[in-house]
Amino acid sequence: MTKPESEMTWRDLEIGSIVAEPGNASQYPTGDWRSERPIFDTNKCIKCGICYIFCPEGCVGRNTEGYFEANLFYCKGCGI
Amino acid sequence: MAKKTGIEISLAIGEAAKLANADVVAAYPITPQTHIVEHLAELVADGELDAAYIPVESEHSTMSACLGSAAVGARTFTATAGQGLELMHEVLYIASSMRLPMVMAVANRALSAPLSVWGDHSDVMAVRDTGWIQLFVENGQEAVDNVLCAFRIGEDRRVLLPVMVHLDGFYLSHVIEPVLFPEQSQVDKFIPPYQYPIPLHPDRPVTMGAFGPPVIYSEAKWAQEVNLRASKKVILQCWEEFGKTFGRYYSPVESYHSEDAKVLLLTLGSFSETAMTAIDKMRGEGREVGLVRIRLWRPFPFEEIRQAVRNAGVLIVLDRALSFGGPGGPVCSEVRSALYGEAKKPKVIGFVGGLGGRDITPAGFEEIINRGIEISQKGSKNEFEIFGVRE
Repeated sequence: MTKPESEMTWRDLEIGSIVAEPGNASQYPTGDWRSERPIFDTNKCIKCGICYIFCPEGCVGRNTEGYFEANLFYCKGCGI
Repeated sequence: MAKKTGIEISLAIGEAAKLANADVVAAYPITPQTHIVEHLAELVADGELDAAYIPVESEHSTMSACLGSAAVGARTFTATAGQGLELMHEVLYIASSMRLPMVMAVANRALSAPLSVWGDHSDVMAVRDTGWIQLFVENGQEAVDNVLCAFRIGEDRRVLLPVMVHLDGFYLSHVIEPVLFPEQSQVDKFIPPYQYPIPLHPDRPVTMGAFGPPVIYSEAKWAQEVNLRASKKVILQCWEEFGKTFGRYYSPVESYHSEDAKVLLLTLGSFSETAMTAIDKMRGEGREVGLVRIRLWRPFPFEEIRQAVRNAGVLIVLDRALSFGGPGGPVCSEVRSALYGEAKKPKVIGFVGGLGGRDITPAGFEEIINRGIEISQKGSKNEFEIFGVRE
């Protein structure tokens, strides 16, 4: 786990601000950018998967019952 | 034995890149640097230089391609001028802040409009803040020597920054001069192989050029500034080593007849040699004048400038670029700023001339010096003096 950015000093940065830990973008809570969130109504959901396909962030997935819902850690509330 | 050749300086620069064994040349032609990249294209096509030559569709693509090749650890070279340097402007900042070493020869050319292919420093001054190491050369030998040094400096593990080598468009790029080319074996020893510490490679994935939100951007910029300033030490070491190996020494600020000079003229680039002729003549007449030239433009040589001009009464700066609506000459403003806090400093008078290929003769430099002295005594209502404009 990398140091949180708010604690990094200028010496902690990798040369050229390279991110050397592959895939650590997954630690970044883009959900913080959100001002609106999607509501998934299980009464209406027919599990067609269109919301999953259209989500620009790929953060819509199936829960244990097979209904689709957004992962609010990443969901930016785009309103699509 | 090193071979002295009469060669057009643009071609000499191409030969220097060949001696340095550049791996990738991504280039777009533009007057007056075209001969550099054309010659390199020939060298690659003829098999004399083992490099990938990427003929891109614009200078913006030139710099973008160079970023990529530097990132994978390829020794990268390109050249541009004037509008071309401006077209790649946004990518220049990226090359330096991503710490990607490469060498770019800039045949300094005036910026449009009106369209001018001729030489001045407006293109250089527009890229002052881009974070590149920037060197000025005054003749063909210096151009070749400093292209070689540029590779060694930029690729040094302690530096890892892109380097611009500035040469005056037409005054240098299109002139045939005698140049002593080092032997290939000497260059191979002088420039160590390039190894980027964290190169782009599928086996070791990294992210380059990620975004930096407000929480981290300032730290990234400060790290960049600390590094650019620290590169000066490496530049000095390189020039020292170059002098020991090849017998030609370079320094950040070079002086000519300045030790006891009451009046100093400051120039950058090839005009310095013309100014030296004027200084020689005036010295012959008993005038206590001298010349100071800036070779290392970025990182700015604060200490050397202060040292070089400390004992003069008047410093006349000749800028070959005009910062409109501002203090006039960019170099003059930077020199003034460097001297501001000094207890002992000369009066600084700024002249702007030699724009868009307008020549300044030795007589012209004499006139500039004499007018500068007059202004230092009588004052002027102008922020700077424009030289050579027909009124």
